[in-house]
Amino acid sequence: MAEEVLLFSTWFSIYGRRVEMALKLKGIEYKFIEEDLTNKSPSLLKYNPVHKKVPVLVHNGKPVAESLVILEYIDETWKNHPILPKHPYERANTRFWAKFIDEKCWPAILQACWGKDQKEREKAAEELSKLLQFLENELKGKRFFGGETIGLLDIAGNTIGYWLGVFEEAAGVSELLTREKFPKLFNWVNEWLSVSAIKENLPPRDKHVAFMRLNGQGFWDDYNASK
Amino acid sequence: MAKNDVKLLGVWASPFVMRARISLNIKSVNYEFLEETVGSKSELLLQSNPVHKKVPVLIHGDKPICESLVIVQYIDEVWTSGPSILSTDHYDRAIQRFWAAYLDDKWFPAMRRIRGAQGEERQELVDQVVEGLALLEEAFGKYSKGKAFFGGDQIGFIDIAFGSLLGWLRVTEKLGEVKLLDEAKTPGLVKWAESFCADAAVKSVMPETEKLIEFSKLLMAKMKGAPPPKN
Repeated sequence: MAEEVLLFSTWFSIYGRRVEMALKLKGIEYKFIEEDLTNKSPSLLKYNPVHKKVPVLVHNGKPVAESLVILEYIDETWKNHPILPKHPYERANTRFWAKFIDEKCWPAILQACWGKDQKEREKAAEELSKLLQFLENELKGKRFFGGETIGLLDIAGNTIGYWLGVFEEAAGVSELLTREKFPKLFNWVNEWLSVSAIKENLPPRDKHVAFMRLNGQGFWDDYNASK
Repeated sequence: MAKNDVKLLGVWASPFVMRARISLNIKSVNYEFLEETVGSKSELLLQSNPVHKKVPVLIHGDKPICESLVIVQYIDEVWTSGPSILSTDHYDRAIQRFWAAYLDDKWFPAMRRIRGAQGEERQELVDQVVEGLALLEEAFGKYSKGKAFFGGDQIGFIDIAFGSLLGWLRVTEKLGEVKLLDEAKTPGLVKWAESFCADAAVKSVMPETEKLIEFSKLLMAKMKGAPPPKN
């Protein structure tokens, strides 16, 4: 059967970009459908009725939603360039840290950038520093979280590798991830940016910064309202 | 690594700890349950989960595994001779992971907030939870294919993720004076809940609702700074 892979996403979706990185890494052909989130397509609503969000991967008509779920699905369907380790303990570790990035780092980044006053932003930045330290320690001596080549955690690490910097620039707050404070993580970012499946799947930076200057506050407000 | 060297750090009232216990039971794994004292955290907990300092933590050999759904998948991947918790089909696994994430990211947080909320906010939360149950009823109809569980004949990943939350659902209904799981609206789920609670892997680790209610009252009182109610 001819393989059909569709990806519903947006150019600025952090989670959608993860899916693109995995698809590109594995050389999977797919059709990208850019959604206008202010006017969601009937297809998106059909494929993700529960959340009505991007990204949604549709493989031969079957939808998969939630970026980390999609990444595991991709890995289990296309076996080349595996992004999850084989050993159950290492897999558990990968899943743990991916969740950590999404549940802890993401809100801290939003708050550090768009918290309601300087005090709140500084407190969030302190918290974020502690979180980054955990990731710094987790890297140990490795080139990537996945070892010699990128894995799921490196892909989910796009939050740290790229989005963090864009958000800081858009919000006009100081950079946290410096070589002095987090040498291993700093190094990882450079290595990470050199991987073609990564660098070719990042939003154009200037456009992204401009977009976040306008929308960053809304991102944080929405996140806050949902908790 | 010795497969029989398994410890679980937990508390009796935690639905997340329950997920790990159900999974270990399904696989017939012998383990030592180390009950944490409510209100304090043991050295072992702080060492094995320095990031979150929370239960459950599974310690297998000397390796800690944290986060309930991560633990359940780990158990499934290590003890392969027992019944499977996740489906063998990768698309079905994606569906299972999706619903577990939905429960933890959206449904349970909304449900937890009902008791502390008032007025319009409270009604919105109740509506969200009830809508969620309608979605879950539909999912149950689709995935159970007429059998007792989301996993079919046997308890699977969604059953564990959702069923572990039933105790606290009942507490919310009782103390919040609100009907959430309604036989008229979600008959499939009502029947499923009975089957789930009666299952051999679940029965021994599902806390009694009355005990949870007392525990909940204690927690609310502590949070408000009042002296705890006398038993």
